[in-house]
Formats: sequence, C-alpha cells, structure tokens
Amino acid sequence: MSAPAPLRALRRPLGAVAGLWLALVLLAAVFAPLLTPYAYDVQSLPDAYQPPSSAHWLGTDEFGRDLLTRLIYGARTSLSVSATAIAISVFCGMVLGAAAAWFGGWLDRAVTVVVDLTWSFPEILIALILVAIIGPGTLGTMIAISVAYLAQFTRLTRAQILTLKGETFIEAARSLGAGNAQILFGHLLPNALAPVLVGAMLATGDAIILEATLGFFGLGAQPPVPSWGGMMSAGSALVFKAPWVILFPGLTVAITVVAINLYGDALIAALDIRAKLRTGP
Amino acid sequence: MISYLVKRVLMLVPVFLAVSVVVFLILHFIPGDPIDNLLKVGSSPSARVEMEARYGLDRPLPVQYGIWLGKVLQGDLGTAIVARRPVADLIAQALPHSLWLGGLALLFSSVLGIALGLIAALNRDRWPDRAIMGGVLLGSTMPSFWLGLILMLVFSVWLGWFPVSGARGWGSLVLPVLTIGLGGTALVARITRVSMIEAAGRDFVLLLHAKGLSPLRIQLRHVLRHALIPVVTILALRIGWILGGAVTVEVVFARPGLGTLLIKSLSQHDYPVVQACLLMLAMAVMLGTLLGDILQALMDPRVRAAMA
Repeated sequence: MSAPAPLRALRRPLGAVAGLWLALVLLAAVFAPLLTPYAYDVQSLPDAYQPPSSAHWLGTDEFGRDLLTRLIYGARTSLSVSATAIAISVFCGMVLGAAAAWFGGWLDRAVTVVVDLTWSFPEILIALILVAIIGPGTLGTMIAISVAYLAQFTRLTRAQILTLKGETFIEAARSLGAGNAQILFGHLLPNALAPVLVGAMLATGDAIILEATLGFFGLGAQPPVPSWGGMMSAGSALVFKAPWVILFPGLTVAITVVAINLYGDALIAALDIRAKLRTGP
Repeated sequence: MISYLVKRVLMLVPVFLAVSVVVFLILHFIPGDPIDNLLKVGSSPSARVEMEARYGLDRPLPVQYGIWLGKVLQGDLGTAIVARRPVADLIAQALPHSLWLGGLALLFSSVLGIALGLIAALNRDRWPDRAIMGGVLLGSTMPSFWLGLILMLVFSVWLGWFPVSGARGWGSLVLPVLTIGLGGTALVARITRVSMIEAAGRDFVLLLHAKGLSPLRIQLRHVLRHALIPVVTILALRIGWILGGAVTVEVVFARPGLGTLLIKSLSQHDYPVVQACLLMLAMAVMLGTLLGDILQALMDPRVRAAMA
C-alpha cells in the first residue's frame, strides 16, 4: 500500500513547491493574529502610503494600515469564501449530475439544457447578476461563485456516471442482486469522486480569481474586513500614488492560483486520471 | 451546407427565448426600486403610482414580459430610467467600443496563441515547450483587472507610452487589448499544442512521411490544418468569455463600453439598461457559438453529415 495521492503529489518537484506555498498561506491565515503586531482594521492616517520598509514589509495603504497584515487576514476571507463556494457547488453539482445520469429521461434533458445554457456564459457575468440580486458581501459572493461553477460539476459528474454505468463491474454488482441505491452510492459515486475532487481543486483557483474580481468591484467582503480583491478596489487611482497597494494583493492571488494549478497537475499525475477529466462536447 | 445552416440557425430560437425570459425575470428579483431614485423626497403616494404606471411596472409579470419582448424584437429597448434616454442609444454608443476591444483581443489571442501552441508542439517536451507552457499558465492565473492595472503602471505611468485611460485614439486600445488578449492566449496555446500532438499521431501523417515530404511541411500544411478544427470551436466559444473579460477591463481603463455601462447601471438599479446589456452579451455568446459551428462545418464535412 503506497502513500495517499495527495502526499505522492508532493514527490514531484513542482508539486512540492506548490504544496509548500499553499501550506504557508493556509497556516498564515489560521495563525494570523500571532504573526503580525498590527490590527487589520485600525486606521492611522499619518502612516498612509508608506512604501515597503522594515516596519511595514509590504508598505501601508491609503488609511495607514499595514499591507502584509491585511494580506494575511485577507487570506482568511478569500480562501474560505472560494473554498466554501466550490464545496457547495461540488455537492449540488454531484447530486444534479448523478440524478440526471441515473434517472435519464426528461430530468436528464432538463438538466442538460440548463447546464448547456449557463455553460456558454462567462462566470463573471453569472456572478455579477447574482451578486446584484443577493446584494454585496461575503454571503452574496459565496452563492454567486457556487452557482457560477455549478454547470461544470454537474457536467463532469453526469459524464462520469454515464461512462461508469456501462462498465462490467456495475453489471456484475447488479447481477449479484445490488439495489439501485447500493449501485449509485456504493459503486458509481465513489468511482466518480476522484476526478470531480481534482476538478474542484482546480476550480478553487478560478474561484479565487472570481472572488478577487467581485471584491475589486466593491461587491465582495465589505470594509473593514479585508479580502484580496477588496484591497485592490481603490484601483487605478492608487496605481500612481502607491503601486504596492495594488501590486502585492494581485501577486498573492496569482502565485496562489499558480500553486493550486501545479499541485492539481501533480495530483492528476499521482492519481493517473487525466483521461477522466475530459467532459466531452 | 444550406440545410445545415438553416437547422443550426433554427436551433437558436428556443435558446434565445430561454435567455430572454431569464434576463427579463432575473432583474425583477433585484432589490432596490428604480422609482425610489426618480421620486423627489416627500413625493405623494399618487405620484409614485403614476410613475409606476408610466413605466408599466404595475402590470402582471407575464404581460410585462410580452410587451418587453415585442418591443425588443422591433429594436426598441425602452427608456433608461436613470439616464432618461432611449436604451438603444446608450447601447449603440457603447457597442462599437466593446466590439473593437473584443475583436482586436480575439485576433491578438488567436494569432499569438496558435503561434505559441505551434512552437510548443514542434519542440514537445524540450525547453521552448516548457517555457511557453509555463508562461501561459502564469498568464492565465492573473486576475485580468490586476494585469490591466500593472500594465497601466508600467507602460503608462513609468514609460509613458500609452494613455492611462479613456477611449481617445488608437493608443488607448493597446493596453486593454493586451490585457484581455493575454488571458485568452493561454487557452488557445494549450488547445493548439494538444491537438497538434494528437493530429501528428494519426495514420495519414505516417503516410505523408513515407511519401517523403519534409517534416516541417507536414506539420505546417497538414497537421496544423487538422489541429485547427478544435481551436476554431474554442475560439468561437471564447467570444462570450472575451466579452466577459471586457467587462472588468473596460472598468479598469474607464472605457465607455458595454461592460462599464452594465456595471454602472447595475449599481443604479436601472433595469432596462441592465437587461439590454445582458441581452447583447448573451446574443454575442450565441452568435459566437453559431459562427464557430459554421466554420467547423465548413472545415469538416463529417460535422455537416451528422446534422443533415
């Protein structure tokens, strides 16, 4: 019995570097108050717009708040919102996709039509509409992101179950007298799980970008709670005055998303499921 | 080919109806009443009723939908509640900006993406391949608004080559096009590379080698042609995505396009304008897919046969 796949992924050099960064960001988010002497929400106007220095490693923002502190606390918001949103999306997508593939008929057709319809729309548009309906804030962002990615997981699960349904081992289970529920929950879903989970991991990267974009529009977590996107919402006005306020949050988003992708790739290789991730036309 | 075309276009009708219902309905769930924005503080309730009647907001929803769709089909998109101008005018003003931006970004990302994918496939698993694919991964993981801000910082503020924002002259288009285009390049390069490698393994390529054609000629004249079929499909699907990307990038660069209009009217609760913007974007997505399918049918007779 070899080590579990998430650990085997760390044996590849790129997977190890990526895993290290992700672990670092997660730990920083968890232990935020222990890591920094500053508070994320205390304004100190005389300290505004300080460039990076030994006191403020990444400088200060327009209200004199330490940027590194806000980045670390921002990781809490950005990561938890994205990860929760994708978790909701995966769960609902698996239920919908499995139901569509299992029952077929009108349910399958209805699900396919709706999924194809939303699939062709950019996620940012779907998310913008939903945030407009629910209202800005972390809850709105979370729901918007989970709906935006629902089509992807429904599609992936449906494709998985449809392929698995025809396999010999399912036929064998059925001839041994297994019932519908036994086959669906005991055999089909567990076998469909690995590709869906890896897909979920990669989608979390995209969700972080989407969350940052909504935050940039001022629709994400509301001040003073920091989020990576919200920190950049002052936008072009600050690019001239204090470029570091824009530079570092974006860089953190980019590096984290690259790390998620690289680790995901290593995980795909470790699980040997590349072919399964194709959802087909 | 003609029968394929007719069938494909007819398939769009139910999709258009479904999208129009969603676009119409969704906006009625949005909290915040545009009438509040219009009424002066302390207006009487009767003024409110009169205002609601003027914009048809007192009718039942299906009736409102029927009236709205009928007018939309005649090109009448209503009157903007906050801007108090015909929505069609606002759209007509914004659309060219978005079309230029989106069109140029699509062109840029397809040319660069196919070129990079080709180079990567020809040097499979050697350093140019690794470098290109690494760079492409980096490019696809940056939030587009951030990439735009950084390009603005480097090329407008530090180097002073291009204007910071706005829509005056061709120079102002360069940075937005680069921002959207670089994001799209990643996908195109990846698909080109994979389908080049896949096509190179087919039997006909072996035959061409046996015939004595030079490897480069085989790659460029024969393999690339095959490999481009999925790329064209993806590019057509990208049209909607590029417009989606344009929404953020237009806001960053303060360009007066559809995206800026959508974000602005969303925050003002201006239903008719939001509906029109979403409908335009949705139609662009649908037309993009249609275009891609037609191009695919032109390039690949098997697709035509499957539909007929």
